[in-house]
Amino acid sequence: MIDLIINIILLTFLAITAIAIIRTTNLFATIMLFGIFSLLSATLFVVMDALDVAFTEAAVGAGISTILMLTTLALTKNHNEKRSHAHRPWLPLAVVTITGMALVYGTLDIPGFGDPAAPANTHVAQYYINNALPETGVPNIVTAVLASYRGFDTLGEVAVIFTAGVAVLLLLGGKPSSPNSNPRTNKKREEDET
Amino acid sequence: MKRNPILRIVAKFLIPLIILFALYVQFHGDFGPGGGFQAGVIFSAALILYALVFGLEAAEKIIPPHILRLLASAGVVLYASVGVVSLFLGANYLDYSVLGSTQIKGQHLGILLVELGVGMTVTAVMLIIFFAFAGRGRP
Amino acid sequence: MDFIISHYNYWIVIFLMMVGLYTVISRGNLIKKIIGLNIFQVSVFFLYISMGTVKDGAAPIITEGVKLYSNPLPHVLILTAIVVGVATTALGLALVVRIKESYGTIEEDEIHEMDHSL
Repeated sequence: MIDLIINIILLTFLAITAIAIIRTTNLFATIMLFGIFSLLSATLFVVMDALDVAFTEAAVGAGISTILMLTTLALTKNHNEKRSHAHRPWLPLAVVTITGMALVYGTLDIPGFGDPAAPANTHVAQYYINNALPETGVPNIVTAVLASYRGFDTLGEVAVIFTAGVAVLLLLGGKPSSPNSNPRTNKKREEDET
Repeated sequence: MKRNPILRIVAKFLIPLIILFALYVQFHGDFGPGGGFQAGVIFSAALILYALVFGLEAAEKIIPPHILRLLASAGVVLYASVGVVSLFLGANYLDYSVLGSTQIKGQHLGILLVELGVGMTVTAVMLIIFFAFAGRGRP
Repeated sequence: MDFIISHYNYWIVIFLMMVGLYTVISRGNLIKKIIGLNIFQVSVFFLYISMGTVKDGAAPIITEGVKLYSNPLPHVLILTAIVVGVATTALGLALVVRIKESYGTIEEDEIHEMDHSL
Protein backbone atom coordinates (compact mmCIF):
# COMPACT_ATOMS: atom_id res chain seq x y z
CA MET A 1 0.00 0.00 0.00
CA ILE A 2 2.78 2.42 0.97
CA ASP A 3 4.42 1.65 -2.38
CA LEU A 4 1.30 2.73 -4.18
CA ILE A 5 1.07 6.02 -2.24
CA ILE A 6 4.73 6.89 -2.93
CA ASN A 7 4.17 5.93 -6.54
CA ILE A 8 1.19 8.27 -6.90
CA ILE A 9 2.94 11.19 -5.15
CA LEU A 10 6.06 10.84 -7.30
CA LEU A 11 4.02 10.61 -10.49
CA THR A 12 2.25 13.82 -9.53
CA PHE A 13 5.61 15.52 -8.94
CA LEU A 14 6.72 14.30 -12.33
CA ALA A 15 3.68 15.81 -14.02
CA ILE A 16 4.26 19.14 -12.21
CA THR A 17 7.93 19.17 -13.28
CA ALA A 18 6.90 18.49 -16.87
CA ILE A 19 4.54 21.47 -16.81
CA ALA A 20 7.30 23.63 -15.30
CA ILE A 21 9.62 22.53 -18.13
CA ILE A 22 7.28 23.73 -20.87
CA ARG A 23 6.41 26.98 -19.11
CA THR A 24 9.99 28.11 -18.44
CA THR A 25 11.59 30.24 -21.13
CA ASN A 26 15.10 30.38 -19.67
CA LEU A 27 16.89 27.44 -21.23
CA PHE A 28 19.36 26.98 -18.38
CA ALA A 29 16.47 26.61 -15.94
CA THR A 30 14.73 24.24 -18.34
CA ILE A 31 17.78 21.98 -18.52
CA MET A 32 18.13 21.93 -14.74
CA LEU A 33 14.43 21.08 -14.44
CA PHE A 34 14.99 18.28 -16.91
CA GLY A 35 17.75 16.95 -14.64
CA ILE A 36 15.29 16.99 -11.74
CA PHE A 37 12.76 15.23 -13.97
CA SER A 38 15.27 12.46 -14.69
CA LEU A 39 16.19 12.04 -11.04
CA LEU A 40 12.50 11.82 -10.10
CA SER A 41 11.99 9.17 -12.77
CA ALA A 42 14.95 7.21 -11.40
CA THR A 43 13.32 7.26 -7.94
CA LEU A 44 10.06 6.13 -9.44
CA PHE A 45 11.81 3.23 -11.20
CA VAL A 46 13.11 2.09 -7.80
CA VAL A 47 9.56 2.14 -6.44
CA MET A 48 8.44 0.02 -9.41
CA ASP A 49 11.17 -2.60 -8.64
CA ALA A 50 13.23 -1.79 -11.74
CA LEU A 51 16.60 -1.39 -10.03
CA ASP A 52 18.77 -1.74 -13.12
CA VAL A 53 16.68 0.79 -15.01
CA ALA A 54 16.78 3.24 -12.09
CA PHE A 55 20.54 2.90 -11.95
CA THR A 56 20.89 3.67 -15.64
CA GLU A 57 18.41 6.54 -15.59
CA ALA A 58 20.17 8.18 -12.63
CA ALA A 59 23.57 7.96 -14.32
CA VAL A 60 22.42 8.79 -17.85
CA GLY A 61 19.43 11.09 -17.50
CA ALA A 62 20.52 13.15 -14.53
CA GLY A 63 24.23 12.98 -15.32
CA ILE A 64 25.37 12.65 -18.91
CA SER A 65 22.41 14.09 -20.76
CA THR A 66 22.25 17.17 -18.52
CA ILE A 67 25.95 17.79 -19.11
CA LEU A 68 25.54 17.37 -22.87
CA MET A 69 22.63 19.81 -22.94
CA LEU A 70 24.60 22.34 -20.90
CA THR A 71 27.54 22.02 -23.30
CA THR A 72 25.20 22.63 -26.21
CA LEU A 73 23.83 25.69 -24.41
CA ALA A 74 27.37 26.98 -23.93
CA LEU A 75 28.11 26.44 -27.61
CA THR A 76 24.93 28.04 -28.93
CA LYS A 77 25.05 30.97 -26.46
CA ASN A 78 21.30 31.19 -26.54
CA HIS A 79 19.99 31.38 -23.00
CA ASN A 80 16.41 32.46 -23.56
CA GLU A 81 13.95 31.00 -25.95
CA LYS A 82 11.91 33.43 -28.00
CA ARG A 83 8.16 33.07 -27.87
CA SER A 84 7.08 34.55 -31.16
CA HIS A 85 3.47 35.29 -31.95
CA ALA A 86 3.59 32.99 -34.93
CA HIS A 87 3.13 30.07 -32.53
CA ARG A 88 -0.51 30.15 -31.56
CA PRO A 89 -1.10 27.57 -28.84
CA TRP A 90 -4.62 26.56 -29.88
CA LEU A 91 -3.94 24.21 -32.78
CA PRO A 92 -1.22 22.17 -31.03
CA LEU A 93 -3.31 22.14 -27.87
CA ALA A 94 -6.28 20.76 -29.80
CA VAL A 95 -4.15 18.09 -31.49
CA VAL A 96 -2.63 17.06 -28.18
CA THR A 97 -5.99 16.96 -26.37
CA ILE A 98 -7.64 14.81 -29.02
CA THR A 99 -4.67 12.40 -29.17
CA GLY A 100 -4.60 12.22 -25.38
CA MET A 101 -8.31 11.45 -25.17
CA ALA A 102 -7.93 8.66 -27.73
CA LEU A 103 -5.05 7.20 -25.72
CA VAL A 104 -6.99 7.43 -22.44
CA TYR A 105 -9.86 5.59 -24.13
CA GLY A 106 -7.30 2.92 -25.03
CA THR A 107 -6.14 2.53 -21.42
CA LEU A 108 -9.63 1.63 -20.17
CA ASP A 109 -9.07 -1.98 -21.25
CA ILE A 110 -5.53 -2.29 -19.89
CA PRO A 111 -5.22 -4.57 -16.83
CA GLY A 112 -4.67 -2.50 -13.68
CA PHE A 113 -1.27 -1.48 -12.33
CA GLY A 114 0.50 -4.37 -10.61
CA ASP A 115 -1.92 -7.07 -11.76
CA PRO A 116 0.01 -10.39 -11.58
CA ALA A 117 -2.41 -12.03 -14.03
CA ALA A 118 -1.88 -9.42 -16.77
CA PRO A 119 -0.93 -10.97 -20.13
CA ALA A 120 2.40 -9.10 -20.06
CA ASN A 121 3.42 -10.94 -16.89
CA THR A 122 2.27 -14.45 -17.67
CA HIS A 123 3.95 -15.73 -20.84
CA VAL A 124 7.67 -15.45 -21.50
CA ALA A 125 8.42 -13.54 -18.27
CA GLN A 126 7.53 -16.60 -16.16
CA TYR A 127 9.91 -18.69 -18.25
CA TYR A 128 12.77 -16.26 -17.55
CA ILE A 129 12.00 -16.11 -13.82
CA ASN A 130 11.85 -19.89 -13.47
CA ASN A 131 14.76 -20.84 -15.71
CA ALA A 132 17.30 -18.01 -15.60
CA LEU A 133 19.15 -19.28 -12.53
CA PRO A 134 19.28 -23.01 -13.45
CA GLU A 135 20.19 -22.32 -17.10
CA THR A 136 22.72 -19.50 -16.77
CA GLY A 137 23.75 -19.47 -13.10
CA VAL A 138 23.21 -15.71 -12.92
CA PRO A 139 20.90 -14.56 -10.11
CA ASN A 140 20.19 -11.16 -11.69
CA ILE A 141 17.52 -12.08 -14.22
CA VAL A 142 17.87 -8.76 -16.03
CA THR A 143 21.54 -9.42 -16.78
CA ALA A 144 20.79 -13.00 -17.82
CA VAL A 145 18.08 -11.91 -20.27
CA LEU A 146 20.10 -8.92 -21.51
CA ALA A 147 23.32 -10.76 -22.23
CA SER A 148 22.25 -14.33 -22.85
CA TYR A 149 18.62 -14.87 -23.89
CA ARG A 150 18.44 -11.64 -25.87
CA GLY A 151 22.12 -11.29 -26.67
CA PHE A 152 21.44 -10.61 -30.33
CA ASP A 153 19.15 -7.73 -29.44
CA THR A 154 21.81 -6.19 -27.19
CA LEU A 155 24.42 -6.55 -29.93
CA GLY A 156 22.14 -4.41 -32.09
CA GLU A 157 21.79 -1.81 -29.34
CA VAL A 158 25.57 -1.61 -28.89
CA ALA A 159 25.92 -1.16 -32.65
CA VAL A 160 23.39 1.70 -32.49
CA ILE A 161 25.36 3.41 -29.71
CA PHE A 162 28.57 2.98 -31.68
CA THR A 163 26.93 4.43 -34.80
CA ALA A 164 25.64 7.43 -32.83
CA GLY A 165 29.17 8.04 -31.53
CA VAL A 166 30.57 7.90 -35.07
CA ALA A 167 27.86 10.28 -36.29
CA VAL A 168 28.60 12.82 -33.54
CA LEU A 169 32.28 12.57 -34.38
CA LEU A 170 31.49 13.22 -38.06
CA LEU A 171 29.34 16.25 -37.20
CA LEU A 172 31.51 17.85 -34.53
CA GLY A 173 34.91 16.18 -34.78
CA GLY A 174 36.53 18.51 -37.29
CA LYS A 175 37.51 22.15 -36.97
CA PRO A 176 34.52 24.49 -36.70
CA SER A 177 34.01 26.30 -40.00
CA SER A 178 33.25 29.94 -39.31
CA PRO A 179 31.96 31.76 -42.41
CA ASN A 180 34.99 34.08 -42.56
CA SER A 181 37.75 31.54 -42.21
CA ASN A 182 36.52 28.89 -44.62
CA PRO A 183 38.06 29.58 -48.05
CA ARG A 184 35.41 27.64 -49.94
CA THR A 185 32.46 29.66 -48.65
CA ASN A 186 34.47 32.86 -49.11
CA LYS A 187 35.13 32.02 -52.72
CA LYS A 188 31.49 31.12 -53.25
CA ARG A 189 30.41 34.35 -51.61
CA GLU A 190 32.71 36.38 -53.87
CA GLU A 191 31.24 34.62 -56.88
CA ASP A 192 27.75 35.39 -55.63
CA GLU A 193 28.62 39.02 -55.18
CA THR A 194 30.10 39.51 -58.63
CA MET B 1 37.78 25.95 -12.41
CA LYS B 2 41.44 24.89 -12.35
CA ARG B 3 42.36 27.20 -9.48
CA ASN B 4 39.57 26.35 -7.09
CA PRO B 5 41.25 24.23 -4.39
CA ILE B 6 38.04 22.81 -2.93
CA LEU B 7 36.89 21.51 -6.29
CA ARG B 8 40.30 20.06 -7.09
CA ILE B 9 40.67 18.21 -3.81
CA VAL B 10 37.11 16.92 -3.73
CA ALA B 11 37.47 15.76 -7.33
CA LYS B 12 40.77 14.03 -6.61
CA PHE B 13 39.11 12.25 -3.72
CA LEU B 14 35.96 11.30 -5.62
CA ILE B 15 37.28 10.21 -9.01
CA PRO B 16 39.04 7.00 -7.80
CA LEU B 17 35.94 6.07 -5.83
CA ILE B 18 33.70 6.58 -8.87
CA ILE B 19 36.02 4.46 -11.01
CA LEU B 20 36.11 1.74 -8.35
CA PHE B 21 32.32 1.81 -8.19
CA ALA B 22 32.10 1.55 -11.97
CA LEU B 23 34.33 -1.54 -11.92
CA TYR B 24 32.24 -3.04 -9.14
CA VAL B 25 29.06 -2.44 -11.12
CA GLN B 26 30.68 -3.94 -14.22
CA PHE B 27 31.88 -7.18 -12.66
CA HIS B 28 29.23 -7.64 -10.00
CA GLY B 29 26.38 -7.14 -12.48
CA ASP B 30 25.65 -10.88 -12.49
CA PHE B 31 24.68 -10.89 -8.83
CA GLY B 32 23.31 -7.43 -8.07
CA PRO B 33 21.89 -4.63 -10.14
CA GLY B 34 24.36 -3.46 -12.73
CA GLY B 35 26.05 -4.43 -15.93
CA GLY B 36 27.95 -3.07 -18.86
CA PHE B 37 25.62 -0.21 -19.72
CA GLN B 38 25.57 1.29 -16.23
CA ALA B 39 29.27 0.70 -15.62
CA GLY B 40 30.19 2.34 -18.90
CA VAL B 41 28.17 5.44 -18.11
CA ILE B 42 29.55 5.71 -14.55
CA PHE B 43 33.12 5.24 -15.74
CA SER B 44 32.75 7.94 -18.36
CA ALA B 45 31.13 10.21 -15.73
CA ALA B 46 34.33 9.94 -13.65
CA LEU B 47 36.46 11.05 -16.60
CA ILE B 48 34.01 13.81 -17.52
CA LEU B 49 34.30 15.10 -13.93
CA TYR B 50 38.08 15.08 -14.37
CA ALA B 51 37.75 17.01 -17.63
CA LEU B 52 35.42 19.55 -16.03
CA VAL B 53 37.72 20.24 -13.10
CA PHE B 54 41.21 19.92 -14.60
CA GLY B 55 40.52 20.95 -18.19
CA LEU B 56 39.99 19.18 -21.47
CA GLU B 57 43.68 18.95 -22.41
CA ALA B 58 44.54 17.14 -19.17
CA ALA B 59 41.71 14.66 -19.74
CA GLU B 60 42.80 14.07 -23.33
CA LYS B 61 46.29 13.28 -22.05
CA ILE B 62 44.88 10.48 -19.90
CA ILE B 63 42.77 8.97 -22.68
CA PRO B 64 43.84 10.21 -26.12
CA PRO B 65 41.00 10.41 -28.67
CA HIS B 66 42.49 7.81 -31.00
CA ILE B 67 42.52 5.26 -28.16
CA LEU B 68 38.88 6.09 -27.44
CA ARG B 69 37.95 5.40 -31.06
CA LEU B 70 39.83 2.12 -30.89
CA LEU B 71 38.09 1.20 -27.62
CA ALA B 72 34.63 1.97 -29.02
CA SER B 73 35.09 -0.34 -31.99
CA ALA B 74 36.94 -2.98 -29.94
CA GLY B 75 33.89 -3.33 -27.67
CA VAL B 76 31.55 -4.09 -30.57
CA VAL B 77 34.12 -6.46 -32.10
CA LEU B 78 34.57 -8.28 -28.75
CA TYR B 79 30.81 -8.73 -28.46
CA ALA B 80 30.42 -10.00 -32.01
CA SER B 81 33.46 -12.27 -31.82
CA VAL B 82 32.09 -14.07 -28.75
CA GLY B 83 29.18 -15.02 -31.01
CA VAL B 84 31.54 -16.15 -33.76
CA VAL B 85 33.53 -18.32 -31.33
CA SER B 86 30.35 -20.08 -30.22
CA LEU B 87 29.52 -20.62 -33.91
CA PHE B 88 32.87 -22.33 -34.43
CA LEU B 89 32.35 -24.50 -31.35
CA GLY B 90 29.21 -25.86 -32.92
CA ALA B 91 26.39 -23.91 -31.28
CA ASN B 92 24.14 -21.08 -32.44
CA TYR B 93 25.39 -17.51 -32.72
CA LEU B 94 25.77 -16.00 -29.20
CA ASP B 95 24.90 -19.29 -27.49
CA TYR B 96 27.46 -19.30 -24.67
CA SER B 97 26.78 -22.80 -23.33
CA VAL B 98 29.63 -24.33 -25.33
CA LEU B 99 32.29 -21.84 -24.18
CA GLY B 100 33.03 -23.64 -20.88
CA SER B 101 33.23 -27.21 -19.66
CA THR B 102 29.67 -27.05 -18.30
CA GLN B 103 26.70 -25.01 -19.44
CA ILE B 104 26.79 -22.76 -16.36
CA LYS B 105 30.53 -22.05 -16.72
CA GLY B 106 30.12 -21.29 -20.40
CA GLN B 107 27.22 -18.93 -19.74
CA HIS B 108 29.22 -17.16 -17.02
CA LEU B 109 32.21 -16.62 -19.28
CA GLY B 110 30.05 -15.52 -22.20
CA ILE B 111 28.04 -13.02 -20.14
CA LEU B 112 31.24 -11.61 -18.60
CA LEU B 113 32.86 -11.06 -22.00
CA VAL B 114 29.75 -9.62 -23.58
CA GLU B 115 29.21 -7.21 -20.68
CA LEU B 116 32.85 -6.18 -20.95
CA GLY B 117 32.34 -5.39 -24.62
CA VAL B 118 29.23 -3.35 -23.83
CA GLY B 119 31.06 -1.49 -21.06
CA MET B 120 34.00 -0.64 -23.32
CA THR B 121 31.80 0.67 -26.12
CA VAL B 122 29.52 2.70 -23.85
CA THR B 123 32.44 4.30 -21.96
CA ALA B 124 34.26 5.17 -25.16
CA VAL B 125 31.20 6.52 -26.99
CA MET B 126 30.09 8.69 -24.07
CA LEU B 127 33.59 10.15 -23.81
CA ILE B 128 33.85 10.63 -27.58
CA ILE B 129 30.56 12.53 -27.53
CA PHE B 130 31.60 14.68 -24.57
CA PHE B 131 35.04 15.46 -26.03
CA ALA B 132 33.47 16.32 -29.39
CA PHE B 133 31.06 18.78 -27.76
CA ALA B 134 33.62 20.27 -25.39
CA GLY B 135 36.34 20.46 -28.05
CA ARG B 136 33.98 22.46 -30.28
CA GLY B 137 34.10 25.34 -27.80
CA ARG B 138 37.90 25.63 -27.99
CA PRO B 139 39.08 28.83 -29.65
CA MET C 1 -11.86 4.57 -6.89
CA ASP C 2 -9.89 1.34 -7.34
CA PHE C 3 -10.12 1.78 -11.08
CA ILE C 4 -8.67 5.29 -10.85
CA ILE C 5 -5.78 4.18 -8.63
CA SER C 6 -4.96 1.18 -10.80
CA HIS C 7 -4.96 3.28 -13.97
CA TYR C 8 -3.34 6.44 -12.57
CA ASN C 9 0.08 5.38 -13.87
CA TYR C 10 -1.15 5.06 -17.43
CA TRP C 11 -2.91 8.41 -17.35
CA ILE C 12 0.18 10.19 -16.08
CA VAL C 13 2.14 8.43 -18.80
CA ILE C 14 -0.29 9.78 -21.40
CA PHE C 15 -0.14 13.24 -19.83
CA LEU C 16 3.68 13.27 -20.00
CA MET C 17 3.58 11.96 -23.54
CA MET C 18 1.24 14.77 -24.56
CA VAL C 19 3.36 17.38 -22.75
CA GLY C 20 6.34 16.14 -24.77
CA LEU C 21 4.38 16.18 -28.02
CA TYR C 22 3.04 19.68 -27.31
CA THR C 23 6.57 20.97 -26.65
CA VAL C 24 7.81 19.48 -29.90
CA ILE C 25 4.95 20.97 -31.92
CA SER C 26 4.56 24.41 -30.38
CA ARG C 27 8.02 25.54 -29.30
CA GLY C 28 10.36 26.98 -31.90
CA ASN C 29 13.61 26.62 -29.98
CA LEU C 30 15.52 23.53 -31.09
CA ILE C 31 16.99 22.72 -27.64
CA LYS C 32 13.47 22.93 -26.19
CA LYS C 33 12.22 20.58 -28.89
CA ILE C 34 14.88 18.03 -27.95
CA ILE C 35 13.89 18.30 -24.29
CA GLY C 36 10.29 17.68 -25.40
CA LEU C 37 11.36 14.56 -27.27
CA ASN C 38 13.17 13.38 -24.14
CA ILE C 39 10.05 13.83 -22.01
CA PHE C 40 8.12 11.81 -24.58
CA GLN C 41 10.80 9.13 -24.40
CA VAL C 42 10.70 8.93 -20.60
CA SER C 43 6.92 8.54 -20.72
CA VAL C 44 7.33 5.48 -22.94
CA PHE C 45 9.80 4.05 -20.42
CA PHE C 46 7.17 4.48 -17.72
CA LEU C 47 4.54 2.73 -19.84
CA TYR C 48 6.76 -0.35 -20.15
CA ILE C 49 7.91 -0.43 -16.54
CA SER C 50 4.35 0.11 -15.21
CA MET C 51 3.14 -2.85 -17.24
CA GLY C 52 5.89 -5.06 -15.86
CA THR C 53 5.34 -4.21 -12.20
CA VAL C 54 3.70 -6.90 -10.08
CA LYS C 55 2.00 -5.97 -6.84
CA ASP C 56 4.11 -7.05 -3.82
CA GLY C 57 6.68 -8.45 -6.23
CA ALA C 58 10.40 -8.17 -5.57
CA ALA C 59 13.05 -6.76 -7.89
CA PRO C 60 14.02 -9.49 -10.37
CA ILE C 61 17.19 -10.68 -8.64
CA ILE C 62 16.74 -14.23 -7.43
CA THR C 63 16.91 -14.44 -3.64
CA GLU C 64 16.03 -17.32 -1.38
CA GLY C 65 12.60 -17.14 0.18
CA VAL C 66 11.11 -14.77 -2.40
CA LYS C 67 8.32 -16.22 -4.50
CA LEU C 68 6.99 -13.30 -6.54
CA TYR C 69 9.14 -11.21 -8.85
CA SER C 70 8.39 -8.30 -11.14
CA ASN C 71 8.54 -8.92 -14.86
CA PRO C 72 12.22 -8.63 -15.92
CA LEU C 73 11.58 -8.31 -19.66
CA PRO C 74 10.48 -4.62 -19.77
CA HIS C 75 13.50 -3.78 -17.58
CA VAL C 76 15.84 -5.27 -20.15
CA LEU C 77 14.19 -3.45 -23.04
CA ILE C 78 14.15 -0.07 -21.27
CA LEU C 79 17.67 -0.41 -19.86
CA THR C 80 19.12 -0.54 -23.35
CA ALA C 81 16.64 2.05 -24.63
CA ILE C 82 17.86 4.63 -22.08
CA VAL C 83 21.48 4.37 -23.17
CA VAL C 84 20.52 4.36 -26.85
CA GLY C 85 18.30 7.36 -26.06
CA VAL C 86 21.18 9.43 -24.69
CA ALA C 87 23.31 8.54 -27.71
CA THR C 88 20.60 9.70 -30.12
CA THR C 89 19.95 12.82 -28.00
CA ALA C 90 23.64 13.64 -28.33
CA LEU C 91 23.31 13.25 -32.09
CA GLY C 92 20.36 15.66 -32.10
CA LEU C 93 22.29 18.18 -30.00
CA ALA C 94 25.26 17.88 -32.37
CA LEU C 95 22.92 18.78 -35.24
CA VAL C 96 21.70 21.78 -33.21
CA VAL C 97 25.29 22.95 -32.75
CA ARG C 98 25.94 22.67 -36.48
CA ILE C 99 22.70 24.54 -37.30
CA LYS C 100 23.77 27.30 -34.92
CA GLU C 101 27.15 27.49 -36.65
CA SER C 102 25.74 27.82 -40.14
CA TYR C 103 22.56 29.84 -39.48
CA GLY C 104 23.58 31.79 -36.38
CA THR C 105 20.30 30.96 -34.62
CA ILE C 106 18.45 27.97 -33.21
CA GLU C 107 14.96 29.45 -33.46
CA GLU C 108 12.87 27.61 -35.99
CA ASP C 109 11.07 30.61 -37.56
CA GLU C 110 14.29 32.59 -38.04
CA ILE C 111 15.78 29.61 -39.86
CA HIS C 112 12.64 29.41 -42.04
CA GLU C 113 12.87 33.11 -42.86
CA MET C 114 16.52 32.75 -43.87
CA ASP C 115 15.78 29.81 -46.11
CA HIS C 116 12.89 31.55 -47.90
CA SER C 117 14.95 34.69 -48.50
CA LEU C 118 17.59 32.67 -50.33
